[in-house]
Amino acid sequence: MKPAISTSAAPSLLDHPLHARWAAVLLLALVAFPLLMGTNGGEFYVSLASRILIFALAASSLNLILGYGGMLSFGHAAFVGLGAYTVAIAMQSGLTSAWIVWPLAMGVAGLGALIVGAISLRTQGVYFIMITLAFAQMLYFLVVSLKTYGGEDGLSMARRSVLAPGLDLARERDFYYVTLALVTLSIWGLARLLNAHFGHVLQAIRENEVRMSAIGYPVYRYKLVAFTLAGALAGLAGALLANLGGFVSPSLMQWSQSGMLMIMVILGGVGYLYGGLMGAVFFLLMEELLSTYTIHWQLGLGAVLLLVVLVAPNGLASLFKRARGGRHV
Amino acid sequence: MSEIVLQVEQLVKRFGGLTATDHAQLSVEKGRIHALIGPNGAGKTTLIHQISGALQPDSGAVHFCGEDITHMPMHQRALRGLVRSYQITSIFQKLSVLDNLALSVQARSGSSMRFWRPARAEHDRYAQAAVVADRVGLGTQLNVLAGALSHGQQRQLELGLALAVRPKLLLLDEPMAGMGPDESENMVALLQGLRGDTTILLVEHDMDAVFRLADTISTLVFGKVIASGTAQQIKDNPDVRRAYLGDEAILPAAAH
Repeated sequence: MKPAISTSAAPSLLDHPLHARWAAVLLLALVAFPLLMGTNGGEFYVSLASRILIFALAASSLNLILGYGGMLSFGHAAFVGLGAYTVAIAMQSGLTSAWIVWPLAMGVAGLGALIVGAISLRTQGVYFIMITLAFAQMLYFLVVSLKTYGGEDGLSMARRSVLAPGLDLARERDFYYVTLALVTLSIWGLARLLNAHFGHVLQAIRENEVRMSAIGYPVYRYKLVAFTLAGALAGLAGALLANLGGFVSPSLMQWSQSGMLMIMVILGGVGYLYGGLMGAVFFLLMEELLSTYTIHWQLGLGAVLLLVVLVAPNGLASLFKRARGGRHV
Repeated sequence: MSEIVLQVEQLVKRFGGLTATDHAQLSVEKGRIHALIGPNGAGKTTLIHQISGALQPDSGAVHFCGEDITHMPMHQRALRGLVRSYQITSIFQKLSVLDNLALSVQARSGSSMRFWRPARAEHDRYAQAAVVADRVGLGTQLNVLAGALSHGQQRQLELGLALAVRPKLLLLDEPMAGMGPDESENMVALLQGLRGDTTILLVEHDMDAVFRLADTISTLVFGKVIASGTAQQIKDNPDVRRAYLGDEAILPAAAH
């Protein structure tokens, strides 16, 4: 009898547990949240919570390629924007069913990511950053020039998408629950992906790309698949965002939006499963809080960001990680 | 006549005015340990880069098991069984020994992506990785981070990563680089253990190791293969002696 090989004894860089117990507590709290808010006046906070969850999804999708794949994409907002515009344009042509339009948004954004990725991933390092940024700016100016779809002014949506009888997405609470379900599913799916062979390969490519190629992995193909998946998830976030605001505009795709998503990921924890979520919660709450005091809230936010980076250089999620040093000399 | 695994034909690589590989010819027979030696700057690593696919030659051809692989990307060569190791250790520093090898074990089916099933549930893969770890002398260090291993052990893991792919031809670029005498001895024993099992093209500076291991030796000088033959033939070759003029004292000493 061979001795059993322990693969789980030591937590590894490759393992990304869901922390089911904590996740369940968090999920319960999130489910209870709108009920605690009540119906009068609480709507605003429920809507804000939806917004935070949507950005958590967008940031998590960016974390897949930035944190786990080591791809510093500076154009991720383009895919959020593609998803959002898909929904708005479909609505203008009378397509309202969420069952059709949301997957369509993911498909369009995924296809966009496939094309952008296929070209960008041939470059490395700072060139990759610049070329993803360039693609995003191209899309931005393309949308600005599309007068049929509002051009610079953006495009209003007559109503929110239609999901199922009895479920009215126009009600903030219903929309919140649908968003929560989708974000939860997405993060769970990401956890499955990262702990599967694909996730291990993706992270090993981040650690040592040349060696992965030398032992026979088609590195480019793996990165492109991850890039496309991240784009599709960002598209879903865009579809939700368009519905939440009832309005899409080119500013969704602006480079500052990509920058904001990056800041969320870095704040929350690059390469941490809940990094995107934590970053989005922290960033948007800070923005909300500070902007009630001053119109120069960005100055305050900058100071807070500086503080966080000094205290937790690996992001907020790293604070929750149990210390695991000391095992190895 | 033994089967030729690797055939390098008239390979040329220029970097500006410098001809790093100058119509190099080389053939490696199946089951042999074939050493490639040459003074510093002879172009050994450049030649290895072209054989493994990290560099494209300007002209000439590389055939592997009868197939022209001159323009094939590195990962496809690896999938066909042509796998290299690195002179400068290139392992996954932040991963455990077992995780390192488990990645390598599965490389051959790397084109089939698995998105859902937990990787940790692929017990077969980890069992195979553990066998490779044993083989390269790291069987008791499965859960140690690669970055925490000693230099010699990292070199063993470096070899293990290439071995785990089950190569038909192993390109070893200075496996003894930076090793002390004990560690070198260890590595020689390890490579001896592979004899007959795996065909090896070995680039090495340690002449003692080369003469103990190699069935065939080729000498590279200024990018040209000036001689190929058994250890004795190489030692007696006047051209080789001339190329190693500064090291003349080493060659006879290594004869024993």
